[in-house]
Amino acid sequence: MMRQNFYTAFFAAGITLILTCLMVGVKLTSEGTELRVVGATAAQWTWIFGGIAIVFLSQLFRDQISAATAGIPRPNLEAILPAESVRSRLKPWLIAMVIVGLFIWPFMVSRGSVDLATLTLIYIMLGLGLNIVVGLAGLLDLGYVAFYAIGAYTYALLSNYFGLSFWICLPIAALMAALFGFVLGFPVLRLRGDYLAIVTLGFGEIIRILLNNWTSITGGPNGISGIEKPTLFGLEFNRRASDGGTTFHDFMGIDYSSSYKVIFLYLIAVVLVLAVLYVINRLMRMPVGRAWEALREDEIACRSLGLNRTVIKLSAFTIGASTAGFAGCFFAARQGFISPESFIFIESAIILAIVVLGGMGSQLGVILAAIVMTILPELAREFQEYRMLLFGLLMVLMMRWRPQGLLPSKRPHMELK
Amino acid sequence: MSQLLLDVNALTMRFGGLVAVNGVNLKIKNRQIVSVIGPNGAGKTTVFNCLSGFYIPSDGSVLFKGEQIAGLKDFHISRKGLVRTFQHVRLFSNMTVIENMLVAQHRHLNTNLLSGLLKTASYRRLEQESMDRAAFWLEEVDMLAFANREAGNLSYGQQRRLEIARCMVTQPELLLLDEPAAGLNPNETKQLDELIVRLRDEHEISVLLIEHDMSLVMGISDHIYVIAQGTPLADGSADEIKNNSDVIKAYLGEE
Repeated sequence: MMRQNFYTAFFAAGITLILTCLMVGVKLTSEGTELRVVGATAAQWTWIFGGIAIVFLSQLFRDQISAATAGIPRPNLEAILPAESVRSRLKPWLIAMVIVGLFIWPFMVSRGSVDLATLTLIYIMLGLGLNIVVGLAGLLDLGYVAFYAIGAYTYALLSNYFGLSFWICLPIAALMAALFGFVLGFPVLRLRGDYLAIVTLGFGEIIRILLNNWTSITGGPNGISGIEKPTLFGLEFNRRASDGGTTFHDFMGIDYSSSYKVIFLYLIAVVLVLAVLYVINRLMRMPVGRAWEALREDEIACRSLGLNRTVIKLSAFTIGASTAGFAGCFFAARQGFISPESFIFIESAIILAIVVLGGMGSQLGVILAAIVMTILPELAREFQEYRMLLFGLLMVLMMRWRPQGLLPSKRPHMELK
Repeated sequence: MSQLLLDVNALTMRFGGLVAVNGVNLKIKNRQIVSVIGPNGAGKTTVFNCLSGFYIPSDGSVLFKGEQIAGLKDFHISRKGLVRTFQHVRLFSNMTVIENMLVAQHRHLNTNLLSGLLKTASYRRLEQESMDRAAFWLEEVDMLAFANREAGNLSYGQQRRLEIARCMVTQPELLLLDEPAAGLNPNETKQLDELIVRLRDEHEISVLLIEHDMSLVMGISDHIYVIAQGTPLADGSADEIKNNSDVIKAYLGEE
């Protein structure tokens, strides 16, 4: 017993040493004929060996430790959390608090954080849209970024050629993306699974290559720059007003600050996400939402019950695409510059990863996963070159131990009487 | 003579050179239980697939309430009031029992999108009605206690009953049951027997049944059709079929 624990402890200590050295950045370098360890100061070595000693001892006396702590009572989660009825009564208040928090938050943090949050909100929108197609209707779409691109280019082109404003273009971009979703939906109605994935993958590439080569209109790889920013009832957020325009800071009589624009964009994104969230939440509890899920579960049974699968599939494609259109339009407005570079396949893959990571069909899961997927890469900037490696590792681990996602969707509980 | 609910004439289904169903006739009146029996591979399920629109028959006519339905799309046929179950249970297994029941009422509930998004009063009334209808039929098949369970977690007998309830909630006039007793224990078969009779007597619908459980078929059928190798062999009341030498030959072989 003791002997086996000794081996385990020895092994654990060895792994701790290797991992710590890797993370702290200890390196072996050769100086002449000698090998030398560099990268850690004496103080750091003390900490490293201290940690290793703790791991070693805790593993060695594992049985004794667990015997000693067995008597300590563990907190009972059920007793701490309020009862189901209280929880459901608290829910609207909690949601209200989160929403208020979302609106107050940008005024208290740095410009960079607000900007990052805006990006996260774009990915939340995209994740929610793709969640309809993949998570609910079960149609694997690998070319979702195409609708995002269509939304972005719709605004960029309309703004560039016709001078239309952001607010007019927002619904147009969504409609345009929906139209393309509808058009793509038709040929793929009979396809399922892998075949559908390949066709949608092709569609995504067609759109990107089209944007890349249609130089006379889209500017090709150079993209479109100088896209107008959104205005607040006609008030601009630039330092100087354009011809006949008024700027926000002049109107309010305050000094110009570039962070107003960032916060304003963030607030638009919050409003858009809340709108999308509300609509999709309602749809999921409506006949059409249930029909999407039923179609995913069993297409033949759907047909036998009088459900028209053509209409159901097309509605899933169309509504999913229009959400991406919204996101795309906002993206173009925020960046001020777009090019086909922004709409490559890897974007589709990331959006799909958000849906899968969050838990298919779960809205809260998608939101959480979108936050994880956009904030983690920012935090791990030093590991730039390992980013995709970490991303892949995360996916492998998730599929191995939690295939249902971070927050799997829960079936709604319905009272009959 | 009252009008026939279902009138099938010379129904034929060919798959390339193979004739799976050859000249089958079926006649069902209102409030009747009619059974189709025959050895394995006789083409019974193919007949069902033709009637419910999953296959388009190669030949013959199918009149439902006097209207030609051969060649219509499956979902159009089921909307007209002819609904079927499957030999292997086909539920939406990751959805709850009550959701299964609501999906089946898609057509009754599917008003315009905007009223649903805004939760208008008329939408809520429709939703309440469909919940009540779902509750009624769950009560009928004794499944009310499982309303919020996922369909895939139910026992096999419960899944069978849920499938029938899910069909009934679409308010059909003719229910096609494809081997509803397969895999049930004797007790569950007896309950099913009572349920089918109740559907005819209390809810006034007709049932067309494919079944191998002879005691069930003989006990409740008003009329029985026998099919062997795709061709009609005999038809008549339970007693006539039991004593028909052709039928005995088809099932047991010649002496």
